[in-house]
Amino acid sequence: MVDFEVVDLGETEHVDEGDTAPDFTRPLVNAEYWEDASLSDLTDEGPVLLVFYTMDGAFPATYVWNEIRDRGWGDRLTVVGVSISTPYEHETLIEERGMDYRLFSDPSNAVAREYGIDHDLDGMTGISEPRPSVFLLDEDRTVEYAWVATEWPEFPDYDEVEDAIEANV
Amino acid sequence: MPADQPSITLYRLQACPYCERVVRKLQEYDLEYRSRFVEPMHSDRNVVKRISGKRTVPAIVDENTGLTMSESANIVEYLEKTYGDGGAA
Repeated sequence: MVDFEVVDLGETEHVDEGDTAPDFTRPLVNAEYWEDASLSDLTDEGPVLLVFYTMDGAFPATYVWNEIRDRGWGDRLTVVGVSISTPYEHETLIEERGMDYRLFSDPSNAVAREYGIDHDLDGMTGISEPRPSVFLLDEDRTVEYAWVATEWPEFPDYDEVEDAIEANV
Repeated sequence: MPADQPSITLYRLQACPYCERVVRKLQEYDLEYRSRFVEPMHSDRNVVKRISGKRTVPAIVDENTGLTMSESANIVEYLEKTYGDGGAA
């Protein structure tokens, strides 16, 4: 047995099932350009899977987006990511991962604070990013399913997310 | 896209003075516009090529008049004629 240190992130008062997910406006990056967009612009069109993930370039970002791409969730609903990376880094990630998904850019991490999922990174002074989190939202931004990491690193239970999509979309 | 989006779309590059010149003119005439930022590499600008035929920015699409245009001098002249004092709109 290898000694494997998983950090307990502790409890947090985060946006949860039944809540209305706070709306926000940030640059939304697609494969070709970025422009300001609101979460509600996306939910107005249908259900949305909102995925908060580590900054682009960290290995969990690669793992999470490969898995979501391979499971083809984007065929069933709008999948959108949020990280603290800049639009330029998002362009690189989208290209490298062959992603059909758009990514919000929030270097200030204010969206994560609003959702109660912000996480100060040890050893990277001054950098705060979202805890890995997944929120399934309906057209009114009501949270149908929520998963927020309580350990670091931790990955979503993809089968559970898929069940929630099956049940609600 | 939602119905309340501005009818003018500006394709721009961060820190590009020619783009800022167009922005100043849009602001001078109090025009609503949305900004779409592209990347510095010309080869990464297919969207601009698709709408305008060229990969240069700035480029604007004005749904009020159905016009698409690039080159900042042309755009500024167009905005002055269309939205300036005595303009058509």
